[in-house]
Amino acid sequence: MRRSRSRAIGIALFMIISLVLAACSATGGKRAADAAANGGGGVVAGHANTKHFTVAMITHAAAGDTFWDIIRHGAIAAAAKDNITLKYSSSDDPTKQAQLITDAINSHVDGLAVTDPNPGALCPTIQKAKQAGIPVVMFNAGYTNWQTCGGMEYFGQDEMIAGVAAGKRLAAAGKKNVLCVLQAQGQAQLEARCAGVKQGLGSEGTMSKLYVNGTDSSAVLSSMTADLTRAKSTDAVITLGAQFALIAIQAISQTHSTAKLYTFDTSAAEIAKIKSGAVQWAVDQQPYLQGYLSVDSLWLYLVNGDTIGGGQTVLTGPSFVDSTNVAQVGKFAAAGNR
Amino acid sequence: MAQTAQAPVAPPPRADERLGRKSPVARMLARPEAGAIAGAIVIYIFFFIIAPPFRNASSFSSVLYVTSTYGLMATPVALLMIGGEFDLSAGVAVTSSALTASLFMYEFTTVAWVGVLVALAVSLFIGFLNGWIVIKTGIPSFLVTLGTFFMLQGLNIALTQTITNQVSSPDISTLQGFSSSRVVFSGSFTVGGVNIRTSVLYWIVFVIIATWILLRTHIGNWIFAVGGHAPSARAVGVPVGRMKIGLFMAVGFMAWFTGMHTLFLFNTIQAGQGIGNEFVYIIAAVVGGCLLTGGYGSAVGAGIGALIFGMVNQGIVYAGWNPDWFQFFVGLLLLGAILLNTYIRRRAEAAI
Repeated sequence: MRRSRSRAIGIALFMIISLVLAACSATGGKRAADAAANGGGGVVAGHANTKHFTVAMITHAAAGDTFWDIIRHGAIAAAAKDNITLKYSSSDDPTKQAQLITDAINSHVDGLAVTDPNPGALCPTIQKAKQAGIPVVMFNAGYTNWQTCGGMEYFGQDEMIAGVAAGKRLAAAGKKNVLCVLQAQGQAQLEARCAGVKQGLGSEGTMSKLYVNGTDSSAVLSSMTADLTRAKSTDAVITLGAQFALIAIQAISQTHSTAKLYTFDTSAAEIAKIKSGAVQWAVDQQPYLQGYLSVDSLWLYLVNGDTIGGGQTVLTGPSFVDSTNVAQVGKFAAAGNR
Repeated sequence: MAQTAQAPVAPPPRADERLGRKSPVARMLARPEAGAIAGAIVIYIFFFIIAPPFRNASSFSSVLYVTSTYGLMATPVALLMIGGEFDLSAGVAVTSSALTASLFMYEFTTVAWVGVLVALAVSLFIGFLNGWIVIKTGIPSFLVTLGTFFMLQGLNIALTQTITNQVSSPDISTLQGFSSSRVVFSGSFTVGGVNIRTSVLYWIVFVIIATWILLRTHIGNWIFAVGGHAPSARAVGVPVGRMKIGLFMAVGFMAWFTGMHTLFLFNTIQAGQGIGNEFVYIIAAVVGGCLLTGGYGSAVGAGIGALIFGMVNQGIVYAGWNPDWFQFFVGLLLLGAILLNTYIRRRAEAAI
């Protein structure tokens, strides 16, 4: 019994291995990507021989979000260049994020880079860092109150301004019924984007909101399909994250909707869709730059006492990625940096 | 046998209540899924009246689609619950399976089907591991699978990050075997102008198979026995350990199937996906009549539970209600369905 079973397992293993060896794909995959890369890849910018520092970066990112991954790539590149050890952590729960900041203060890091989506919860903690003599740089979220929170510099875009810019551009394209798709409920930044779109549209058109469950692609697809079926007059869909634009492409084709697709934020896969015309344009806030500048500005402050922006907000967006500049941006997107 | 002499004066024999023939309606109402069916009908009529787009066949096909994505997983989760165990890792296990397949086929540039088979092996192994730890340690499955839930969640992110340097899996749509895999796992067909996804058919087939196993095979009897009272089941010779491990592996199998559906529909997978869905599966099973304590429930019921969840989710969008209230209404309607379910079950029990 036992012998025949182990022999069966052996035969099965042999078959699997020979299957794998015989089953290489002639198209696509890593091999094709490697062949196309021609030694491109990540950003390498030398290495400073200044004193070694430790910087903690604490964000409100949900785990596994492409947008935040790009921010992190920027931060890693700056840290590698500046002889800095980067300690990255994140939580989309404000209480946990406050705890992470406290942990960083207690471990006496040399600098702190934080996002602040919930001023009430995080401001007191961020001020504690300042009192402890740790320079704090803020980025991405906290546009309205970073100075009062004790931030030294701020890199990001105002979501409202970005929304308004998107709304104005939609109005210029003659869009009347815009659907704004939010991947989470109760997030100030996402709400500000949709509110901005509405303001930008002005009297030219109307905007309706749709909340989807961002952690479940099938559910996102179904909700969008349902809404496009309900509101046949929708002529523009704007998603608030690159990965949701990719799903919206399917929803639009499934419902035979004539709506055009627009999005906030970018990813490699989505930039390819701008190239192919399935997505009209993306509002780009240059996340890589936000991550990079946050770390690099701390380095400048620590080695030379500089502050970028001289106490004013440094805007990294909004700019647009559309058919006119997609080829330029697309070159960097494949490495996960745009 | 002295009594035989008095036989003529004995009272007329009373029918044994266990052998009595109940009316078909009473028998229907005594089924675990009876309350859920009533709830589903009420919710269907409700949205049919208030949401005009809900009346289209194509809209209902979209309701059935979202139902199938939950229902595929709710089926084995219901069997597992009848067998007396939970699997909190079921939601992220779907993502783990999809990531395994896509990363394997991309990194090694294999034909898509190889990645699919590797993912099947990994998923079955995860199921086996869950079951094996529960059986060997005797720790409640609620805790064991809570642990594997977090571990899989972490592995999904960490391995994807390590292998691809990004948090989503690369696009696999240019690999050989992709189109045939897509036809099998994420295909769709058109009947009378209505587009229907094959996942709906798979879901119905799997519910039928699960129901057949539960009601017509000795394995089904064993599942009820194991969940009802494991020591007694063991005493009469039911292989309790193997049964439970098998049930966890069934969850692993369907996690693989659902994962393949998601992968080939969307080409890439975000590593952070699937969190929270484990509760939807359990809710579907409970709304459909499964007891949280095990030993009672049905696969059809879990399907109806998933349908209720799907109708509520889609119906609210079709109705165009204020989106700020979405979650509230989902909760309210689910609670209403559960209350109706409980009410009908009590009435049915009282009537017997």
